[in-house]
Amino acid sequence: MIKLVGVEKTLGGQRVLQGVDLDIPPGKLTTIIGRSGEGKSVLLKHMIGLLQPDRGQVFVGGIEISRLRGKALNEVRKRFAMLFQGAALFDSLTVFENVAFPLREKLRLKGAEVSRRVDEKLEQVGLAGMGHKFPAELSGGMKKRAGLARALVMEPEIILFDEPTTGLDPLMAKAIHDLIVAMQQRFKFTAVMVSHEIPEIFGISDWVAMLRKGKIGLMAPSAEFIKTNDPEIHEFISVSGPVGLKQAAG
Amino acid sequence: MMIERAGTWGVSVILEMGRMLLFVLSSFAWLTRPPLRFVQIVKQLHFIGYKSTFVVVLTAGFTGMVLALQGYYTLRKFGSEGLLGSAVALSMIRELGPVLAALMVTARAGSAMTAEIGIMRITEQIDALDTMAINPLQYLIAPKLVAGLIGVPLLVAIFDVVGIYGGYLVGVELLGGNGGAYWNSIASAVEWKDVYGGMLKSVSFGLIISWICCYKGFFTRHSAEGLGAATTEAVVLSSVLILVWDYFLTSVLL
Repeated sequence: MIKLVGVEKTLGGQRVLQGVDLDIPPGKLTTIIGRSGEGKSVLLKHMIGLLQPDRGQVFVGGIEISRLRGKALNEVRKRFAMLFQGAALFDSLTVFENVAFPLREKLRLKGAEVSRRVDEKLEQVGLAGMGHKFPAELSGGMKKRAGLARALVMEPEIILFDEPTTGLDPLMAKAIHDLIVAMQQRFKFTAVMVSHEIPEIFGISDWVAMLRKGKIGLMAPSAEFIKTNDPEIHEFISVSGPVGLKQAAG
Repeated sequence: MMIERAGTWGVSVILEMGRMLLFVLSSFAWLTRPPLRFVQIVKQLHFIGYKSTFVVVLTAGFTGMVLALQGYYTLRKFGSEGLLGSAVALSMIRELGPVLAALMVTARAGSAMTAEIGIMRITEQIDALDTMAINPLQYLIAPKLVAGLIGVPLLVAIFDVVGIYGGYLVGVELLGGNGGAYWNSIASAVEWKDVYGGMLKSVSFGLIISWICCYKGFFTRHSAEGLGAATTEAVVLSSVLILVWDYFLTSVLL
């Protein structure tokens, strides 16, 4: 679905990505882990064309997007949605208007149809009846839910999650993880998540990739990833406690 | 070493100017593509224009009053109090109206524009627009540029009228000058080219304010300190450019 070939990127004089090769499987939840400052968010932004690589190529569904601009890039972006670290809700709009925003702007929908779709999504993420509130009135977890509702409302093929549980307490983080998994299993979109939540991510991800020294150190299904013999990766994933695996979807 | 530093500085200034030019040209180019952001333009006009009216009226009133006060005593020395109206009106229409109104709009609306766009940049709201395949230049910047082009001339017109009435209040009502002479001297001295020149200035000042303030907010650094610096730079650069451009335009128009 998404393929990166030899992607290199230098930011602020620092070589962040040093030849990333990555193949994201369709319809699965893939999580990218790695130490702070390794460039995980930078990698995610390359997948949606927010950043262009200095070298290398990024393919989305077979289309090379790293040199695309304007309308052509926007066409590819219509297949995506992204949940940002801080949710990136428009603070001058209510929760309802935030979720309705892509429907009104991109699909030119109006009135009852917008209300129906927005209310449906708000209910799915557990924010029914909260549409009138402004982002500043929401807790961190509620903002993430609202961001997820906005990401889901266009029913995209691919959703990128940039550290969706940063700044949340463990219970809220688990609730957001469970919500992402439930939505992914229901709508079957391709999910790519950047996360620091180890070992929790092994319980929710189909595939895990580790970014190390600007390259993909290891990418494997969760069950195989935790069996790695690489001492550095093993230490990285074991330091926070025992690892549990994802249960097969019922 | 000195030459190298000067060269590096020179190149960075030229690159920055190029980026600024591309920014404004791209934003205007996006205006020509559908959809027309009519609601956004009206919202920005409300913010830049309507919400600046109070501060503009206040500044204009006192500017006209102090002009009349100074002008009256100066003209009286030459027995020319009858020319007070034309002195106030020409100063207002040609210079003080456009420049002072633009500086007030920069301080009130320009700084707020930079802060708003800068916060949207820092909190990734601009990236969010991009990921939704909505061009931020078309959605955010172009309506502000249009609102600046329309709003500032309207505020300048209000500034001129209020300033002239402020002058009347002091020169005629307070100091006892002749009301008929006041209005008559305005009618005989003010020409179309004075009004036209003042409006031309106000349109270009409107563009300068929205252009510089939007640019500085759009490319703000990702920190609270960066946002503060961007807001300061936007206000200082807009104000300086207004005064420099005013000089060039005046030298061409006269």
